[in-house]
Amino acid sequence: MTNADEKFMQVNMGPQHPSTHGVLRLLVTTDGEVLSGVKPYIGYLHRALEKIAERVTYPQFSPFTDRLDYLASMNCNLAYAMTVEKLLNIEVPRRAQILRVIMAELNRISSHLIAFGSFSSDMGAFTPFLFGIREREFINDLFEIACGARLTYNYIRIGGVSKDIPGGFIEKTREFLDYFPAKIKEYNELLSYNAIFIKRLANIAVISPDDAFDYGITGPNLRASGIKWDLRREEPYLIYNELDFDIPVGKGEMGKTGDAWDRYMMRIYEMEQSAKIVRQCLDLLAPGDYTAKVSKVLKPPAGEVYVRAENPRGELGFYLISDGSTKPYRLKIRAPSFANLSIIPKLARGVMIADLVAIIGSLDIILPEIDR
Amino acid sequence: MEPKKIYGILSEKFGGKIKQFVENTLPPSVLVETDAIADVCRFLKEGDGLDFTSLMCLSGVDLKEQGRMAVVYHLHSMKQKHKITIKVELDRNNPHVQTVEQVWPGANWYEREAYDLLGIVFDGHSDLRRILLPEDWEGHPLRKDYVYPKRYHTWDV
Repeated sequence: MTNADEKFMQVNMGPQHPSTHGVLRLLVTTDGEVLSGVKPYIGYLHRALEKIAERVTYPQFSPFTDRLDYLASMNCNLAYAMTVEKLLNIEVPRRAQILRVIMAELNRISSHLIAFGSFSSDMGAFTPFLFGIREREFINDLFEIACGARLTYNYIRIGGVSKDIPGGFIEKTREFLDYFPAKIKEYNELLSYNAIFIKRLANIAVISPDDAFDYGITGPNLRASGIKWDLRREEPYLIYNELDFDIPVGKGEMGKTGDAWDRYMMRIYEMEQSAKIVRQCLDLLAPGDYTAKVSKVLKPPAGEVYVRAENPRGELGFYLISDGSTKPYRLKIRAPSFANLSIIPKLARGVMIADLVAIIGSLDIILPEIDR
Repeated sequence: MEPKKIYGILSEKFGGKIKQFVENTLPPSVLVETDAIADVCRFLKEGDGLDFTSLMCLSGVDLKEQGRMAVVYHLHSMKQKHKITIKVELDRNNPHVQTVEQVWPGANWYEREAYDLLGIVFDGHSDLRRILLPEDWEGHPLRKDYVYPKRYHTWDV
C-alpha cells in the first residue's frame, strides 16, 4: 500500500486484531517505526440500537442495553432504568436501590478485571489475563445466583430489579469480598509494579486535563489526568451519598500525570473502592420491596431528559424524548468509549507503533457501545 | 449557575439570536438561532463564569411533524458544575448548521454521526464522512420516513 517515492507507508491494523478489543480498524500511516497518523474506522458492530429503540416499548428496550457495554451490562441497565424513571417520576424502594448499587459495583469490578487482563495480554504478559478471568468467574457466579444470567443480565429494570436475591447470595458475596483484596495485591506484585511494564507505559500518551475536557473523556481515563470527577460523588444517585469511598486520581506516580500507567492503575484502585462499597451495602441491606409498583404499560408524559451514570468506562448518557406514547420518540445513547476513542488520532501522532497498542489498551474501549 | 441565569446572560449578549427558554426539560434548554450557534458555543466555553468545558452529548433529532430537524447540545462545566441544553432547529429539507468542532474537538465524531444517521450537514466540518454505516450506504436511517433497503450489494437485508 505504498508508492516507492513516498516516505510514508499505510498499514491496516484490524478490523480483527487481538489488541483492538473488538472489531476496530485503524488505518495507520507510518514513517518507519513512528506513527504520523492514525484514522479509526468504526461501525463494524452497528446494530441500529437507536432505531430499534423507536420501535419497541420502554421496558422492551432494557435487554438491548445489555448489549451496549457487555462487560458491564448491569451498569447499562441501571443508566437506562434511571432515565425512564426520571421521565415517569418513579421512586425506587430502598432495598432495590441498595441491590442496584451492589450489582453495579460488582460489575464494575468484573469489568475492570477484564480491562486489567486484556491490557496485560496486549502488553505481552498472558498470565494476568487468566488471573483476571479467574476472579471474574466468581462474580459471574454471583450474578448467576441473583438472576440466572452470566453476561447479559437484564436484572435492573424500570422501577427496581427483576427479582429479589435468593438465599446464599449475601454469604457468597462476603466470601468473595474476603478473598478479593489478597488477589489485588497479587496483581500489583505480578504486573502493576513490574519494571518492564512500567517502562512500557510511563510517560506514554499523556492526556492533559484540557484535552480530556475537549474530547469529552470521562471515567477512569479522566481521573487519571488528575481531575477528581466521579458522578457517584458529584451528582449522587441511588444511595451513593451515604457510602464511604475514595475517588482515586492520577498522580503521575511513575511518570507524568495522565500517562498510560496512571490510566491502568486507576482501575486497580477503583476495584478496591468498589469492594469497599459492596461491603457497606451488604450491611445496609434490610428487608423491603425489590421493585416499585410499575404498571404493565408505560406511558411517560411528553418531555425530554438527559440522564447519565458513572459506568466502568466513563459516563453513559441517555437522551430520551417521549411523545407520550408507549415507545420512545428518540433515544440517543452517549457511550463513554465513543468519546474516549475519538482522542486516538491526537494521542497517536508521533509515537512508536508498539505504543499504539498500549494507548488503545490503556483507554479501555469496548466496541459494541461505540458502534451501537 | 442557574440555567435561567445563563439564559439571561446569553440573551443580553446575543439579543434576538436567543429565541426561547424551556424549563421543563432536563437540563433546561435554550433555543438558539441557527446561524449563531458557533458564536454562542464559543461564548459558553470561554465566557466569564460560564466555562462550559465539555460537550457531554450532541444529538440530531428528526421533528418530522413540524417539518424540522433539531441538533441538541448537552453541555456541562467541570469547573462551575452547571449544565444546560442548547438547541437549534433546522429546515428538514435542507438541514445545515455550523460545526462546533473548533470549540470542542470531541464534537467531530458526534457531528459525523448526526450526518450519517440523519443527514444533517455541518458546515465547516473538517472531515464530514459517514461514521457508523458503510460509505456507500443510501439514506439516513434515523429519519422518521426512512425506507429500509431490500438489498445491500449482494446481500438481502
